[in-house]
Amino acid sequence: MTNNQKLNLFLLVLALLAPSVLYPVFLAKVLCFALFACAFNLLLGFVGLLSFGHAAFLGTGGYITGHLMINSGLTPELAILTGTAAGAALGALFGKLAVKREGIYFAMVTLALAQLVFFIYLQAPFTNGEDGMQGVPRGEAFGLIDLSDNLTMYYFVLAIFVFGYWVINRTVHSPFGQILKAIRDNEDRATSLGYDVNRYKWIAFVISAALAALAGSTKTLVFQLASLTDVHWHMSGEVILMTLVGGVGTIFGPVIGAGFIVTMQNYLSGGELGNYIHIIMGVVFVICVLSFRSGIVGQLMKFKRDNFS
Amino acid sequence: MSQSKQDFILETRNLTKAFKGFTAVDDVNLKVQRGNIHALIGPNGAGKTTVFNLLTKFLQPTTGQILFNGDDITSMKPAAIARKGVIRSFQISAVFPHLSVMENVRVALQRKEGNSFHFWRSEKVLDRLNDRAVELLESVGLEGFADTVTVDLPYGRKRALEIATTLALEPELMLLDEPTQGMGHEDVDVVTDLIKKVSQERTILMVEHNLHVVSKLADQITVLQRGAILTEGNYETVSNDPQVREAYMGTAADEVEAENAKKAEEVSA
Repeated sequence: MTNNQKLNLFLLVLALLAPSVLYPVFLAKVLCFALFACAFNLLLGFVGLLSFGHAAFLGTGGYITGHLMINSGLTPELAILTGTAAGAALGALFGKLAVKREGIYFAMVTLALAQLVFFIYLQAPFTNGEDGMQGVPRGEAFGLIDLSDNLTMYYFVLAIFVFGYWVINRTVHSPFGQILKAIRDNEDRATSLGYDVNRYKWIAFVISAALAALAGSTKTLVFQLASLTDVHWHMSGEVILMTLVGGVGTIFGPVIGAGFIVTMQNYLSGGELGNYIHIIMGVVFVICVLSFRSGIVGQLMKFKRDNFS
Repeated sequence: MSQSKQDFILETRNLTKAFKGFTAVDDVNLKVQRGNIHALIGPNGAGKTTVFNLLTKFLQPTTGQILFNGDDITSMKPAAIARKGVIRSFQISAVFPHLSVMENVRVALQRKEGNSFHFWRSEKVLDRLNDRAVELLESVGLEGFADTVTVDLPYGRKRALEIATTLALEPELMLLDEPTQGMGHEDVDVVTDLIKKVSQERTILMVEHNLHVVSKLADQITVLQRGAILTEGNYETVSNDPQVREAYMGTAADEVEAENAKKAEEVSA
Protein backbone atom coordinates (compact mmCIF):
# COMPACT_ATOMS: atom_id res chain seq x y z
CA MET A 1 0.00 0.00 0.00
CA THR A 2 1.45 3.37 -0.93
CA ASN A 3 1.50 6.32 1.44
CA ASN A 4 -1.23 7.95 -0.57
CA GLN A 5 -3.51 4.94 -0.24
CA LYS A 6 -2.85 4.84 3.50
CA LEU A 7 -3.76 8.49 3.77
CA ASN A 8 -6.97 7.98 1.80
CA LEU A 9 -7.94 5.04 3.99
CA PHE A 10 -7.27 7.07 7.12
CA LEU A 11 -9.43 9.91 5.82
CA LEU A 12 -12.21 7.48 4.95
CA VAL A 13 -12.19 6.06 8.49
CA LEU A 14 -12.24 9.63 9.78
CA ALA A 15 -15.26 10.40 7.59
CA LEU A 16 -17.03 7.26 8.81
CA LEU A 17 -16.50 8.22 12.46
CA ALA A 18 -17.10 11.96 12.09
CA PRO A 19 -20.88 11.92 12.75
CA SER A 20 -20.25 10.83 16.33
CA VAL A 21 -18.70 14.25 16.94
CA LEU A 22 -20.28 16.55 14.35
CA TYR A 23 -23.80 17.16 13.09
CA PRO A 24 -24.46 14.83 10.12
CA VAL A 25 -26.31 17.42 8.01
CA PHE A 26 -23.38 19.80 8.35
CA LEU A 27 -20.98 17.05 7.33
CA ALA A 28 -23.17 16.13 4.36
CA LYS A 29 -23.15 19.77 3.31
CA VAL A 30 -19.37 19.85 3.47
CA LEU A 31 -19.15 16.72 1.32
CA CYS A 32 -21.54 18.12 -1.30
CA PHE A 33 -19.51 21.30 -1.63
CA ALA A 34 -16.28 19.30 -1.54
CA LEU A 35 -17.45 17.25 -4.51
CA PHE A 36 -18.55 20.42 -6.30
CA ALA A 37 -15.13 22.02 -5.74
CA CYS A 38 -13.28 18.86 -6.81
CA ALA A 39 -15.30 18.80 -10.03
CA PHE A 40 -14.50 22.45 -10.67
CA ASN A 41 -10.83 21.85 -9.92
CA LEU A 42 -10.65 19.10 -12.54
CA LEU A 43 -10.94 21.93 -15.07
CA LEU A 44 -8.98 24.67 -13.36
CA GLY A 45 -6.23 22.58 -11.82
CA PHE A 46 -5.70 19.96 -14.49
CA VAL A 47 -6.71 21.55 -17.78
CA GLY A 48 -6.10 25.18 -16.86
CA LEU A 49 -9.65 26.27 -17.70
CA LEU A 50 -11.30 28.80 -15.40
CA SER A 51 -15.06 28.26 -15.60
CA PHE A 52 -17.14 31.03 -14.13
CA GLY A 53 -20.43 29.27 -14.67
CA HIS A 54 -20.29 26.09 -12.66
CA ALA A 55 -23.29 27.13 -10.55
CA ALA A 56 -25.44 26.33 -13.58
CA PHE A 57 -24.54 22.64 -13.29
CA LEU A 58 -24.91 22.53 -9.51
CA GLY A 59 -28.32 24.18 -9.77
CA THR A 60 -29.51 22.08 -12.70
CA GLY A 61 -28.72 18.89 -10.84
CA GLY A 62 -30.55 20.22 -7.82
CA TYR A 63 -33.69 21.37 -9.64
CA ILE A 64 -34.06 18.26 -11.77
CA THR A 65 -33.59 15.94 -8.82
CA GLY A 66 -35.95 18.00 -6.66
CA HIS A 67 -38.60 18.10 -9.37
CA LEU A 68 -38.41 14.33 -9.86
CA MET A 69 -38.57 13.59 -6.15
CA ILE A 70 -41.67 15.73 -5.75
CA ASN A 71 -43.52 14.79 -8.93
CA SER A 72 -42.47 11.28 -9.89
CA GLY A 73 -42.21 8.04 -8.08
CA LEU A 74 -38.49 7.70 -8.79
CA THR A 75 -36.23 6.44 -6.05
CA PRO A 76 -33.58 8.96 -4.92
CA GLU A 77 -30.62 7.27 -6.62
CA LEU A 78 -32.45 7.39 -9.97
CA ALA A 79 -33.45 11.01 -9.44
CA ILE A 80 -29.83 11.86 -8.67
CA LEU A 81 -28.68 9.97 -11.73
CA THR A 82 -31.13 11.89 -13.92
CA GLY A 83 -30.02 15.19 -12.39
CA THR A 84 -26.42 14.26 -13.10
CA ALA A 85 -27.24 13.33 -16.69
CA ALA A 86 -29.04 16.67 -17.14
CA GLY A 87 -25.93 18.46 -15.86
CA ALA A 88 -23.76 16.47 -18.25
CA ALA A 89 -26.02 17.36 -21.18
CA LEU A 90 -25.94 21.04 -20.27
CA GLY A 91 -22.17 20.76 -19.86
CA ALA A 92 -21.87 19.20 -23.31
CA LEU A 93 -23.66 22.21 -24.79
CA PHE A 94 -21.78 24.84 -22.74
CA GLY A 95 -18.51 23.09 -23.39
CA LYS A 96 -19.00 23.01 -27.15
CA LEU A 97 -19.37 26.78 -27.16
CA ALA A 98 -16.79 27.64 -24.52
CA VAL A 99 -13.73 25.52 -25.34
CA LYS A 100 -13.19 27.40 -28.57
CA ARG A 101 -12.25 30.44 -26.49
CA GLU A 102 -9.19 30.89 -24.32
CA GLY A 103 -8.36 32.51 -21.01
CA ILE A 104 -10.64 35.31 -19.92
CA TYR A 105 -12.93 34.77 -22.90
CA PHE A 106 -13.56 31.21 -21.81
CA ALA A 107 -14.52 32.48 -18.35
CA MET A 108 -16.81 35.12 -19.88
CA VAL A 109 -18.61 32.65 -22.15
CA THR A 110 -19.27 30.30 -19.23
CA LEU A 111 -20.49 33.20 -17.09
CA ALA A 112 -22.83 34.45 -19.80
CA LEU A 113 -24.32 31.00 -20.40
CA ALA A 114 -24.76 30.45 -16.67
CA GLN A 115 -26.58 33.77 -16.33
CA LEU A 116 -28.88 32.67 -19.12
CA VAL A 117 -29.64 29.50 -17.18
CA PHE A 118 -30.21 31.55 -14.03
CA PHE A 119 -32.90 33.64 -15.71
CA ILE A 120 -34.56 30.56 -17.14
CA TYR A 121 -34.84 29.06 -13.66
CA LEU A 122 -36.01 32.39 -12.28
CA GLN A 123 -38.93 32.43 -14.76
CA ALA A 124 -39.71 28.75 -15.14
CA PRO A 125 -42.84 27.79 -13.15
CA PHE A 126 -41.53 24.45 -11.86
CA THR A 127 -38.75 26.04 -9.81
CA ASN A 128 -41.09 28.35 -7.87
CA GLY A 129 -38.76 31.25 -8.73
CA GLU A 130 -37.65 33.23 -5.70
CA ASP A 131 -39.37 30.91 -3.24
CA GLY A 132 -37.45 27.87 -4.36
CA MET A 133 -38.47 24.25 -4.42
CA GLN A 134 -39.26 23.30 -0.88
CA GLY A 135 -40.10 20.16 1.01
CA VAL A 136 -38.33 17.80 -1.37
CA PRO A 137 -38.80 14.28 0.03
CA ARG A 138 -35.63 12.25 0.54
CA GLY A 139 -37.35 8.99 -0.27
CA GLU A 140 -35.90 5.53 0.13
CA ALA A 141 -32.65 4.69 -1.63
CA PHE A 142 -33.07 1.66 -3.90
CA GLY A 143 -36.56 1.45 -2.43
CA LEU A 144 -35.04 -0.04 0.72
CA ILE A 145 -33.08 2.45 2.78
CA ASP A 146 -35.08 5.26 4.36
CA LEU A 147 -33.06 8.46 4.01
CA SER A 148 -35.18 10.62 6.29
CA ASP A 149 -32.80 9.81 9.11
CA ASN A 150 -29.92 12.30 8.99
CA LEU A 151 -27.25 9.79 9.86
CA THR A 152 -28.35 7.42 7.10
CA MET A 153 -28.47 10.36 4.72
CA TYR A 154 -24.91 11.26 5.65
CA TYR A 155 -23.58 7.80 4.81
CA PHE A 156 -25.49 7.86 1.54
CA VAL A 157 -23.83 11.19 0.70
CA LEU A 158 -20.46 9.84 1.77
CA ALA A 159 -20.85 6.92 -0.65
CA ILE A 160 -21.66 9.34 -3.49
CA PHE A 161 -18.76 11.56 -2.56
CA VAL A 162 -16.31 8.66 -2.52
CA PHE A 163 -17.53 7.60 -5.94
CA GLY A 164 -17.19 11.13 -7.37
CA TYR A 165 -13.78 11.59 -5.81
CA TRP A 166 -12.66 8.27 -7.24
CA VAL A 167 -13.84 9.29 -10.73
CA ILE A 168 -11.81 12.50 -10.54
CA ASN A 169 -8.76 10.74 -9.17
CA ARG A 170 -8.93 8.18 -11.94
CA THR A 171 -9.46 10.78 -14.65
CA VAL A 172 -6.44 12.76 -13.48
CA HIS A 173 -4.29 9.63 -13.36
CA SER A 174 -5.36 8.15 -16.69
CA PRO A 175 -3.88 8.31 -20.20
CA PHE A 176 -6.51 10.99 -20.86
CA GLY A 177 -5.39 12.88 -17.75
CA GLN A 178 -1.82 12.94 -19.07
CA ILE A 179 -2.99 14.77 -22.16
CA LEU A 180 -5.07 17.17 -20.05
CA LYS A 181 -2.00 18.10 -18.01
CA ALA A 182 0.01 18.50 -21.19
CA ILE A 183 -2.65 20.88 -22.53
CA ARG A 184 -2.62 22.80 -19.25
CA ASP A 185 1.15 23.16 -19.42
CA ASN A 186 1.52 24.07 -23.09
CA GLU A 187 -1.51 23.98 -25.33
CA ASP A 188 0.29 24.85 -28.58
CA ARG A 189 2.82 22.12 -28.04
CA ALA A 190 0.06 19.58 -27.42
CA THR A 191 -1.49 20.64 -30.72
CA SER A 192 1.81 20.39 -32.52
CA LEU A 193 2.17 16.81 -31.25
CA GLY A 194 -1.08 16.00 -33.04
CA TYR A 195 -3.70 16.27 -30.30
CA ASP A 196 -7.05 17.93 -31.02
CA VAL A 197 -6.95 19.91 -27.80
CA ASN A 198 -10.54 21.14 -28.01
CA ARG A 199 -11.94 17.63 -27.92
CA TYR A 200 -9.95 16.84 -24.79
CA LYS A 201 -11.09 20.06 -23.16
CA TRP A 202 -14.67 19.33 -24.08
CA ILE A 203 -14.67 15.84 -22.57
CA ALA A 204 -13.08 17.17 -19.39
CA PHE A 205 -15.74 19.89 -19.29
CA VAL A 206 -18.55 17.35 -19.55
CA ILE A 207 -17.08 15.17 -16.79
CA SER A 208 -16.68 18.22 -14.58
CA ALA A 209 -20.23 19.43 -15.27
CA ALA A 210 -21.69 15.99 -14.58
CA LEU A 211 -19.93 15.74 -11.22
CA ALA A 212 -20.96 19.27 -10.28
CA ALA A 213 -24.55 18.29 -11.07
CA LEU A 214 -24.10 15.14 -8.99
CA ALA A 215 -23.09 17.36 -6.08
CA GLY A 216 -26.11 19.61 -6.65
CA SER A 217 -28.52 16.68 -6.88
CA THR A 218 -27.23 15.22 -3.65
CA LYS A 219 -27.34 18.59 -1.91
CA THR A 220 -31.03 19.00 -2.77
CA LEU A 221 -31.80 15.73 -1.02
CA VAL A 222 -29.79 16.68 2.03
CA PHE A 223 -31.54 20.03 2.53
CA GLN A 224 -34.80 19.00 0.89
CA LEU A 225 -34.56 22.29 -0.94
CA ALA A 226 -33.49 23.60 -4.36
CA SER A 227 -33.21 27.35 -4.67
CA LEU A 228 -31.83 30.11 -6.87
CA THR A 229 -28.81 30.45 -4.57
CA ASP A 230 -27.32 27.40 -6.23
CA VAL A 231 -27.53 28.84 -9.76
CA HIS A 232 -26.52 32.38 -8.85
CA TRP A 233 -23.11 33.58 -10.01
CA HIS A 234 -22.13 34.03 -6.35
CA MET A 235 -22.02 30.27 -6.20
CA SER A 236 -19.69 30.12 -9.22
CA GLY A 237 -17.43 32.54 -7.38
CA GLU A 238 -17.60 30.62 -4.12
CA VAL A 239 -16.38 27.41 -5.72
CA ILE A 240 -13.37 29.28 -7.11
CA LEU A 241 -12.67 30.53 -3.60
CA MET A 242 -12.93 27.04 -2.12
CA THR A 243 -10.58 25.63 -4.72
CA LEU A 244 -7.98 28.37 -4.35
CA VAL A 245 -8.02 28.28 -0.55
CA GLY A 246 -7.68 24.50 -0.52
CA GLY A 247 -5.08 24.24 -3.26
CA VAL A 248 -5.67 24.35 -6.99
CA GLY A 249 -4.17 21.46 -8.93
CA THR A 250 -4.06 19.13 -5.93
CA ILE A 251 -6.73 16.46 -5.90
CA PHE A 252 -7.54 16.77 -2.22
CA GLY A 253 -7.15 20.54 -1.85
CA PRO A 254 -10.71 21.50 -2.84
CA VAL A 255 -12.07 19.17 -0.14
CA ILE A 256 -10.15 21.08 2.53
CA GLY A 257 -11.09 24.40 0.93
CA ALA A 258 -14.78 23.48 0.88
CA GLY A 259 -14.61 22.32 4.49
CA PHE A 260 -12.91 25.55 5.48
CA ILE A 261 -15.34 27.87 3.72
CA VAL A 262 -18.49 25.98 4.72
CA THR A 263 -17.35 25.85 8.34
CA MET A 264 -16.61 29.54 8.32
CA GLN A 265 -19.98 30.39 6.81
CA ASN A 266 -21.82 28.22 9.31
CA TYR A 267 -19.94 29.62 12.24
CA LEU A 268 -20.26 33.24 11.17
CA SER A 269 -23.86 33.24 10.05
CA GLY A 270 -24.94 32.07 13.50
CA GLY A 271 -22.97 34.72 15.38
CA GLU A 272 -22.87 38.49 15.59
CA LEU A 273 -20.58 38.74 12.59
CA GLY A 274 -23.26 37.38 10.26
CA ASN A 275 -23.64 40.68 8.44
CA TYR A 276 -19.95 40.86 7.66
CA ILE A 277 -19.67 37.41 6.18
CA HIS A 278 -18.87 38.60 2.64
CA ILE A 279 -16.28 41.05 3.89
CA ILE A 280 -14.58 38.37 5.95
CA MET A 281 -14.59 35.94 3.04
CA GLY A 282 -13.14 38.66 0.84
CA VAL A 283 -10.32 39.21 3.32
CA VAL A 284 -9.63 35.46 3.45
CA PHE A 285 -9.48 35.40 -0.32
CA VAL A 286 -7.03 38.31 -0.47
CA ILE A 287 -4.80 36.78 2.19
CA CYS A 288 -4.85 33.47 0.35
CA VAL A 289 -3.94 34.95 -3.01
CA LEU A 290 -1.24 37.20 -1.58
CA SER A 291 0.51 34.92 0.85
CA PHE A 292 -0.08 31.27 0.03
CA ARG A 293 -1.01 30.95 -3.58
CA SER A 294 -0.79 27.21 -3.73
CA GLY A 295 -3.52 26.90 -1.08
CA ILE A 296 -3.59 24.98 2.18
CA VAL A 297 -2.85 21.57 0.71
CA GLY A 298 -0.38 22.94 -1.84
CA GLN A 299 1.49 24.67 0.95
CA LEU A 300 1.55 21.53 3.09
CA MET A 301 2.87 19.48 0.19
CA LYS A 302 5.58 22.05 -0.43
CA PHE A 303 6.50 21.99 3.24
CA LYS A 304 6.75 18.21 3.15
CA ARG A 305 8.86 18.29 -0.02
CA ASP A 306 11.26 20.87 1.38
CA ASN A 307 11.72 19.24 4.76
CA PHE A 308 11.21 15.51 4.44
CA SER A 309 12.66 14.44 1.14
CA MET B 1 1.93 15.64 -57.90
CA SER B 2 5.22 17.43 -58.32
CA GLN B 3 7.57 14.57 -59.03
CA SER B 4 10.16 16.42 -61.07
CA LYS B 5 13.83 15.58 -61.08
CA GLN B 6 14.09 16.48 -57.44
CA ASP B 7 11.99 15.06 -54.65
CA PHE B 8 10.39 17.83 -52.63
CA ILE B 9 8.80 16.90 -49.32
CA LEU B 10 7.33 20.34 -48.81
CA GLU B 11 6.39 22.98 -51.26
CA THR B 12 4.58 26.29 -50.99
CA ARG B 13 3.01 28.03 -53.95
CA ASN B 14 2.52 31.79 -53.79
CA LEU B 15 2.11 31.61 -50.03
CA THR B 16 0.92 34.96 -48.73
CA LYS B 17 -0.21 36.22 -45.35
CA ALA B 18 -1.56 39.75 -45.06
CA PHE B 19 -2.48 41.29 -41.75
CA LYS B 20 -4.32 44.60 -41.76
CA GLY B 21 -2.33 46.81 -44.08
CA PHE B 22 0.80 44.75 -43.73
CA THR B 23 2.00 41.79 -45.74
CA ALA B 24 4.02 39.57 -43.42
CA VAL B 25 4.62 36.84 -45.98
CA ASP B 26 4.63 37.83 -49.60
CA ASP B 27 4.29 35.33 -52.43
CA VAL B 28 6.71 32.77 -51.05
CA ASN B 29 7.55 29.73 -53.17
CA LEU B 30 9.54 27.50 -50.90
CA LYS B 31 10.79 24.06 -51.87
CA VAL B 32 12.26 21.76 -49.29
CA GLN B 33 14.13 18.78 -50.66
CA ARG B 34 13.76 15.43 -48.93
CA GLY B 35 16.68 14.55 -46.68
CA ASN B 36 18.02 18.08 -46.49
CA ILE B 37 18.55 20.41 -43.61
CA HIS B 38 17.01 23.55 -44.98
CA ALA B 39 17.54 26.83 -43.15
CA LEU B 40 15.29 29.84 -43.28
CA ILE B 41 17.22 32.97 -42.38
CA GLY B 42 16.62 36.68 -42.53
CA PRO B 43 16.68 39.81 -40.41
CA ASN B 44 14.20 40.39 -37.58
CA GLY B 45 10.67 40.79 -38.83
CA ALA B 46 11.41 39.09 -42.14
CA GLY B 47 8.47 36.73 -41.59
CA LYS B 48 10.32 33.53 -40.77
CA THR B 49 8.19 32.53 -37.82
CA THR B 50 5.06 33.56 -39.70
CA VAL B 51 6.03 31.11 -42.46
CA PHE B 52 6.34 28.41 -39.80
CA ASN B 53 2.96 29.29 -38.38
CA LEU B 54 1.46 29.08 -41.85
CA LEU B 55 3.09 25.75 -42.65
CA THR B 56 1.69 24.22 -39.47
CA LYS B 57 -1.60 26.10 -39.83
CA PHE B 58 -1.29 27.94 -36.53
CA LEU B 59 -2.10 30.81 -38.90
CA GLN B 60 -4.38 30.71 -41.89
CA PRO B 61 -2.74 31.79 -45.18
CA THR B 62 -4.45 34.64 -47.02
CA THR B 63 -3.70 33.05 -50.38
CA GLY B 64 -1.46 30.32 -51.70
CA GLN B 65 -1.01 26.61 -51.34
CA ILE B 66 0.98 24.27 -49.12
CA LEU B 67 1.91 20.83 -50.44
CA PHE B 68 3.30 18.03 -48.30
CA ASN B 69 4.49 14.98 -50.22
CA GLY B 70 2.52 16.37 -53.13
CA ASP B 71 -0.76 16.52 -51.18
CA ASP B 72 -2.47 19.83 -50.64
CA ILE B 73 -2.59 20.40 -46.88
CA THR B 74 -3.62 24.04 -47.02
CA SER B 75 -7.03 23.47 -45.48
CA MET B 76 -5.98 21.04 -42.74
CA LYS B 77 -6.02 21.78 -39.00
CA PRO B 78 -2.78 22.02 -36.97
CA ALA B 79 -3.26 18.73 -35.12
CA ALA B 80 -4.07 16.92 -38.37
CA ILE B 81 -0.91 18.25 -40.00
CA ALA B 82 1.07 17.00 -37.02
CA ARG B 83 -0.49 13.56 -37.48
CA LYS B 84 0.66 13.58 -41.11
CA GLY B 85 4.24 13.75 -39.87
CA VAL B 86 5.10 17.45 -39.79
CA ILE B 87 6.16 18.27 -36.25
CA ARG B 88 7.22 21.75 -35.23
CA SER B 89 9.04 23.27 -32.31
CA PHE B 90 8.62 26.78 -30.98
CA GLN B 91 10.89 29.75 -30.37
CA ILE B 92 10.53 29.45 -26.63
CA SER B 93 11.23 25.96 -25.46
CA ALA B 94 8.13 23.86 -25.95
CA VAL B 95 8.03 21.45 -23.05
CA PHE B 96 5.39 20.53 -20.49
CA PRO B 97 6.98 22.14 -17.42
CA HIS B 98 5.01 20.41 -14.66
CA LEU B 99 5.37 16.91 -16.06
CA SER B 100 8.50 14.85 -15.50
CA VAL B 101 11.07 14.57 -18.28
CA MET B 102 9.97 11.01 -18.92
CA GLU B 103 6.30 12.02 -19.05
CA ASN B 104 7.10 14.70 -21.61
CA VAL B 105 8.37 12.10 -24.04
CA ARG B 106 5.58 9.70 -23.18
CA VAL B 107 2.93 12.26 -24.06
CA ALA B 108 4.28 12.14 -27.60
CA LEU B 109 4.62 8.35 -27.69
CA GLN B 110 1.12 7.98 -26.29
CA ARG B 111 -0.58 9.34 -29.37
CA LYS B 112 -0.11 6.24 -31.44
CA GLU B 113 -1.36 4.02 -28.60
CA GLY B 114 -4.90 5.20 -29.28
CA ASN B 115 -5.83 5.35 -25.60
CA SER B 116 -5.59 9.08 -25.11
CA PHE B 117 -9.32 9.48 -24.53
CA HIS B 118 -9.47 6.65 -21.97
CA PHE B 119 -10.22 8.51 -18.77
CA TRP B 120 -11.38 5.36 -17.01
CA ARG B 121 -8.07 3.49 -17.24
CA SER B 122 -5.07 3.79 -15.01
CA GLU B 123 -2.07 5.63 -16.34
CA LYS B 124 -0.10 2.47 -15.55
CA VAL B 125 -1.03 1.27 -19.06
CA LEU B 126 1.46 3.87 -20.26
CA ASP B 127 4.34 2.13 -18.51
CA ARG B 128 4.88 -0.06 -21.54
CA LEU B 129 6.15 3.05 -23.32
CA ASN B 130 8.91 3.57 -20.76
CA ASP B 131 11.60 1.57 -22.58
CA ARG B 132 11.15 3.53 -25.77
CA ALA B 133 11.04 6.78 -23.78
CA VAL B 134 14.34 5.97 -22.08
CA GLU B 135 15.90 5.17 -25.46
CA LEU B 136 14.83 8.56 -26.75
CA LEU B 137 16.16 10.31 -23.64
CA GLU B 138 19.47 8.49 -24.12
CA SER B 139 19.68 9.71 -27.69
CA VAL B 140 19.73 13.31 -26.45
CA GLY B 141 21.77 12.67 -23.31
CA LEU B 142 18.95 13.09 -20.81
CA GLU B 143 18.75 9.55 -19.43
CA GLY B 144 19.88 10.75 -16.01
CA PHE B 145 17.01 13.20 -15.75
CA ALA B 146 14.03 10.93 -16.38
CA ASP B 147 12.31 11.68 -13.06
CA THR B 148 13.18 15.36 -12.90
CA VAL B 149 10.28 17.77 -13.09
CA THR B 150 10.92 19.52 -16.37
CA VAL B 151 10.68 23.04 -14.98
CA ASP B 152 13.89 22.34 -13.03
CA LEU B 153 15.95 21.49 -16.16
CA PRO B 154 18.53 23.98 -17.42
CA TYR B 155 17.51 25.74 -20.62
CA GLY B 156 19.77 23.82 -22.99
CA ARG B 157 18.47 20.53 -21.65
CA LYS B 158 14.89 21.66 -22.17
CA ARG B 159 15.67 22.15 -25.85
CA ALA B 160 17.20 18.69 -25.97
CA LEU B 161 14.06 17.29 -24.34
CA GLU B 162 11.96 19.09 -26.91
CA ILE B 163 13.91 17.39 -29.68
CA ALA B 164 13.50 14.00 -28.00
CA THR B 165 9.75 14.60 -27.76
CA THR B 166 9.61 15.55 -31.42
CA LEU B 167 11.63 12.48 -32.39
CA ALA B 168 9.21 10.28 -30.47
CA LEU B 169 6.67 10.94 -33.22
CA GLU B 170 9.14 9.90 -35.90
CA PRO B 171 8.31 12.91 -38.00
CA GLU B 172 9.03 12.93 -41.70
CA LEU B 173 9.63 16.64 -41.50
CA MET B 174 10.83 18.53 -38.45
CA LEU B 175 10.33 22.27 -38.25
CA LEU B 176 12.68 23.84 -35.71
CA ASP B 177 12.09 27.46 -34.79
CA GLU B 178 15.40 28.94 -33.61
CA PRO B 179 16.62 25.85 -31.79
CA THR B 180 19.69 27.60 -30.36
CA GLN B 181 18.09 30.89 -29.39
CA GLY B 182 19.07 32.22 -25.98
CA MET B 183 21.77 29.63 -25.39
CA GLY B 184 25.32 29.86 -24.19
CA HIS B 185 28.14 28.74 -26.50
CA GLU B 186 28.47 25.26 -25.08
CA ASP B 187 24.78 24.54 -25.36
CA VAL B 188 24.74 25.83 -28.93
CA ASP B 189 27.38 23.29 -29.91
CA VAL B 190 25.60 20.47 -28.12
CA VAL B 191 22.30 21.23 -29.82
CA THR B 192 23.96 21.71 -33.21
CA ASP B 193 25.55 18.29 -32.94
CA LEU B 194 22.25 16.87 -31.82
CA ILE B 195 20.42 18.26 -34.84
CA LYS B 196 23.13 16.91 -37.11
CA LYS B 197 22.71 13.53 -35.50
CA VAL B 198 18.94 13.35 -35.76
CA SER B 199 18.90 14.67 -39.31
CA GLN B 200 19.87 11.27 -40.69
CA GLU B 201 17.03 9.97 -42.82
CA ARG B 202 14.93 12.96 -41.96
CA THR B 203 14.17 16.35 -43.39
CA ILE B 204 14.58 19.41 -41.24
CA LEU B 205 13.45 22.92 -41.94
CA MET B 206 14.81 25.38 -39.43
CA VAL B 207 14.67 29.06 -38.66
CA GLU B 208 18.01 30.12 -37.27
CA HIS B 209 19.67 33.41 -36.40
CA ASN B 210 23.04 32.01 -35.57
CA LEU B 211 24.88 31.92 -38.92
CA HIS B 212 27.64 29.80 -37.45
CA VAL B 213 25.06 27.11 -36.78
CA VAL B 214 23.57 27.55 -40.23
CA SER B 215 26.95 27.21 -41.89
CA LYS B 216 27.57 23.98 -40.04
CA LEU B 217 24.20 22.39 -40.66
CA ALA B 218 22.34 23.68 -43.65
CA ASP B 219 22.40 22.02 -47.07
CA GLN B 220 20.14 24.68 -48.48
CA ILE B 221 19.37 28.20 -47.32
CA THR B 222 16.47 30.48 -48.10
CA VAL B 223 16.85 34.14 -47.18
CA LEU B 224 13.71 36.06 -46.37
CA GLN B 225 13.42 39.80 -46.28
CA ARG B 226 10.23 41.74 -45.60
CA GLY B 227 8.23 38.59 -46.15
CA ALA B 228 9.63 37.76 -49.58
CA ILE B 229 12.39 35.44 -50.72
CA LEU B 230 15.55 37.42 -51.31
CA THR B 231 17.73 34.59 -52.50
CA GLU B 232 18.34 30.88 -52.16
CA GLY B 233 21.27 28.51 -52.36
CA ASN B 234 23.95 26.84 -50.29
CA TYR B 235 25.94 28.69 -47.64
CA GLU B 236 28.68 29.76 -50.05
CA THR B 237 26.28 31.31 -52.53
CA VAL B 238 24.13 33.00 -49.97
CA SER B 239 26.89 34.40 -47.80
CA ASN B 240 28.57 35.98 -50.79
CA ASP B 241 25.42 37.57 -52.12
CA PRO B 242 25.73 41.36 -51.82
CA GLN B 243 21.99 41.74 -51.22
CA VAL B 244 22.18 39.40 -48.26
CA ARG B 245 25.11 41.33 -46.84
CA GLU B 246 23.11 44.47 -47.14
CA ALA B 247 20.06 42.95 -45.49
CA TYR B 248 22.16 41.84 -42.57
CA MET B 249 24.12 45.05 -42.45
CA GLY B 250 25.41 46.10 -39.09
CA THR B 251 24.40 42.96 -37.32
CA ALA B 252 25.07 39.59 -38.72
CA ALA B 253 27.06 40.83 -41.71
CA ASP B 254 30.06 41.11 -39.43
CA GLU B 255 29.51 37.57 -38.44
CA VAL B 256 29.38 36.46 -42.05
CA GLU B 257 32.54 38.41 -42.66
CA ALA B 258 34.27 36.85 -39.70
CA GLU B 259 33.14 33.46 -40.84
CA ASN B 260 34.57 33.97 -44.29
CA ALA B 261 37.80 35.33 -42.88
CA LYS B 262 38.10 32.27 -40.72
CA LYS B 263 37.52 30.02 -43.68
CA ALA B 264 40.08 31.88 -45.73
CA GLU B 265 42.56 31.42 -42.93
CA GLU B 266 41.83 27.72 -42.78
CA VAL B 267 42.39 27.43 -46.52
CA SER B 268 45.66 29.32 -46.45
CA ALA B 269 46.94 27.43 -43.43
